[in-house]
Amino acid sequence: MDFTLQKEYKAAQQLFKDFAEKEVKPLAQEIDEQHRFPRETVEKMQKFGFMGIPFPKAYGGQGCDTLTYVLCVEELSKVCATTGVIVSAHTSLCADLIYKHGTEEQKQKYLASLASGKKLGAFGLTEPGAGTDASGQQTKAVQDGEEYVLNGSKIFITNAGEADVYAVFAMTDASAGTKGISCFIVEKDTPGFTFGTPEKKMGICGSATNELIFSDCRIPKENLVGREGKGFGIAMSTLDGGRIGIAAQALGIAAGALERTVSYVKERKQFGRAIAGFQNTQFTLADMATEVEAARCLVYKAATAKDAKQKFSIDAAMAKLKASRVAEYVTDRAVQLHGGYGYIREYEVERMMRDAKITEIYEGTSEVMKMVISGSLLK
Amino acid sequence: MNMVKESHGVFVFAQQVDKTITNVSYELIGKAKEIAGELGTEVSAVLVGSGIKQLAQSLVEYGADRVIVIDDEELETYTVEPYTQAVAAAVRKYNPEILLMGATAIGRDLAPRVAARLHTGLTADCTALDVDKEKQELLMTRPAFGGNLMATIECPDYRPQMATVRPGVMVKRLRDKEAQGEIVLFDAGLKKNHCCVEVQNVVKHIAHKIDIQDAKILVSGGRGVGGKENFKYLYDLAEAVGGTVSGSRAAVDSGWLEKDEQVGQTGKTVRPGLYFAVGISGAIQHVAGMEDSDYIIAINKDGMAPIFNVADVGIVGDFKKILPELTKAVMAEKNSQKQ
Amino acid sequence: MRIIVCVKQVPDTTEVRLDPVKGTLIREGVPSIMNPDDKAGLEAALRLKDSSGAEVTVITMGPPQAADVLREALAMGADDAVLITDRAFGGADTWATSCTLAAACGRLGYDIIFTGRQAIDGDTAQVGPEMAEHLNIPNVSYAAAIENCGDHLLVKREFEDRYHEVKVNTPCLITALAELNTPRYMTPGGIFDAYREKEITTWTRADLPVEDENIGLKGSPTKVVKSFPKTVKAAGMKIERGVDESVQFIMDKLKEKYIL
Repeated sequence: MDFTLQKEYKAAQQLFKDFAEKEVKPLAQEIDEQHRFPRETVEKMQKFGFMGIPFPKAYGGQGCDTLTYVLCVEELSKVCATTGVIVSAHTSLCADLIYKHGTEEQKQKYLASLASGKKLGAFGLTEPGAGTDASGQQTKAVQDGEEYVLNGSKIFITNAGEADVYAVFAMTDASAGTKGISCFIVEKDTPGFTFGTPEKKMGICGSATNELIFSDCRIPKENLVGREGKGFGIAMSTLDGGRIGIAAQALGIAAGALERTVSYVKERKQFGRAIAGFQNTQFTLADMATEVEAARCLVYKAATAKDAKQKFSIDAAMAKLKASRVAEYVTDRAVQLHGGYGYIREYEVERMMRDAKITEIYEGTSEVMKMVISGSLLK
Repeated sequence: MNMVKESHGVFVFAQQVDKTITNVSYELIGKAKEIAGELGTEVSAVLVGSGIKQLAQSLVEYGADRVIVIDDEELETYTVEPYTQAVAAAVRKYNPEILLMGATAIGRDLAPRVAARLHTGLTADCTALDVDKEKQELLMTRPAFGGNLMATIECPDYRPQMATVRPGVMVKRLRDKEAQGEIVLFDAGLKKNHCCVEVQNVVKHIAHKIDIQDAKILVSGGRGVGGKENFKYLYDLAEAVGGTVSGSRAAVDSGWLEKDEQVGQTGKTVRPGLYFAVGISGAIQHVAGMEDSDYIIAINKDGMAPIFNVADVGIVGDFKKILPELTKAVMAEKNSQKQ
Repeated sequence: MRIIVCVKQVPDTTEVRLDPVKGTLIREGVPSIMNPDDKAGLEAALRLKDSSGAEVTVITMGPPQAADVLREALAMGADDAVLITDRAFGGADTWATSCTLAAACGRLGYDIIFTGRQAIDGDTAQVGPEMAEHLNIPNVSYAAAIENCGDHLLVKREFEDRYHEVKVNTPCLITALAELNTPRYMTPGGIFDAYREKEITTWTRADLPVEDENIGLKGSPTKVVKSFPKTVKAAGMKIERGVDESVQFIMDKLKEKYIL
């Protein structure tokens, strides 16, 4: 069992690191303050294949794997959690869904553009009344001839308004409970499909988070993914993969906060010396670093299991549970070690602390992760 | 490749552009004179161009004992092949032991081609040239490893020993209008061949400011200046004190200054009487370009910045507050001096 | 069209630090990178490949780990890579290096050769033009822009205060400045291909048509006599006071030095 990254992974990691430093970091504070979606960064990432990392070249992807994709999200999130989640939601929740569950025609039509960077993707499951309890879907899809007609709304959707392709869930048979939910692909600019006003959030402020609103929105019946009634299963399996992406984002936030703090404590002087010389600082950093490394091991393990086509749901749940908690802990300590400066926007750790919180919530709350993990223990 | 024992004389390639001798040529003649003195030999300048005979006298006045003039239409505008033919022909005829060239956009292209044609050694960007009297050879010292180390190089078995030197490193002698020297017209036997290239157009950059290498006072800004608008503090001080604005690579890469205003390893080497380093951290690559300034005043809010290790005066503080006050103080002093 | 790009693996000298006690360089942990000027040459070659469909071969002369920069070049889009490595080539100065690389180019065949202007460790800026001399082809240095016109190139050749528009016939050698372009990023897929799919050809001494007296330390006209750390200018006075005091301090010093 070799815990070191092989050369091609190291080279890819360096690529992501360079890109993050040069292209992403300079904008991080600005897009957070202005709540601005970094369209220019997305275009660059699309150009260099960052939006199709784990997909085969035959579908316009890079032909790499989940581990490479995780390294990408981690490095991006170290400098900007917003940019990390844009890639993650697009890759794991939309493109991967079509890759795993779509027909060949759907893959050619949608996956190819998503993976090659021509289009951006999003995933619409959550509704005002259906969060952790995703089964309570109110959005309806009724077949009418060669089309389905969608009515309803989704809330808190990442990349909403910016994405071109949406994997959306709707009730096709209200009497069948979770077995009555189906999955559809809806393109932006389809008549009857609009967006709400962007949410103002605690963190990842540059990430576009809006409502999707369907009002007699007609889509071709070919846009049904899988079969009617299979939607819930598709959503759950897709979220499993998505959890690895979010765990990578959380890991990146934590790692980034740790790096900044290590730099800071070497420069900051109080009582005649650098605060790095005080045991309190040293011990706190040791705890932070150990937590980050533990999270890292779980994240890479989950990614490796997925790549080896092993069952990875539990690994993914553990990775997300751990990494999100680590992100909160590390960013909190980072701010504390920065003292007053940690509270000042310019020093970035306060943004990282605000960004960290969502990783415990979206794509399955920590409580859901615990349900998944304990469920497998107690079978 | 010429025989070591029979070679003698220190040659300097006298670069001229548009029939004006480039300053570095005079600087190199100054150094060549020193070297020739230690070797007991003489200095010859090799002047290459078209319609340039009249420039030879100035080379004598700056210290050349002899000027070898290669005047040919083919040499009107610099291209590497005809110039290489010219210089190589002169070297083969006169067999100098040393050939110096300025490390300019011309020299750094011409010198290696000449060195390869003559099968001899070339050491570039020398910051010091010394003579090993015992071995009667040149010791060429240059920065290596990005300027972090110095290396001394020799070329024991091949002649001429070739070296390029950056402008502003050596010092030219005082001009002696009475100086006499031999001026020789040399036919290099130039031949057109397939290595010749065709210059279709010459476009000059619009020169609107003083070359920072000529400035006596430089007010230089680095990453710490923080933005193009903040350079106004530096321009104001420069105007008050009679200096010129320059900057580090970081400032140029950020688009706050032009490339020809860059001081450092990959920019220009400067040695003004007074150098203000504002918001410059003092990385080796920058320091290498300005450490020979007579007096260095550094202003930086980071008290640990390496620039303070080379500054004569180090001020830890915010330049945005200090420079305006300093500018006012300088203006006040100058006004009171006028009265 | 066949383009050869010469690249060098160098330590990232902007990351090098001096040991404050010994005054020597701390070489461990300094990352190795592709020399920036060479990367610009590679990017120029790749742009010609994008626009005119050329085949781009990267070559490097160095120890076995120099293969990493070849992988990087392949990941950026180069088609083939050749590692020229042999103890016999060690200790080479620019004459020996240029002879070795020229021999490799001669064996490969080419229409255009790109080299960087200078390496950030050697800083000599000589290998390119010397190679052109050995190969008996024209060279244009300090290229700031290149246009492919089939059997010739139009090159914008920079000088300090002007530029020339130069027409040069192929085959020729061009030296590139880092300022020539912004090199593209590798793609993740390109990296995987470079490490998993593509082969790097390795040539040793026996594979090159070059004479012993022109390679390695023995074939180098120039020799290093010694190397030593720079004597750093000693630090002067440093003060951290209020604005007015600081200004007054400076003014006093300027007057003392007769600058004012």
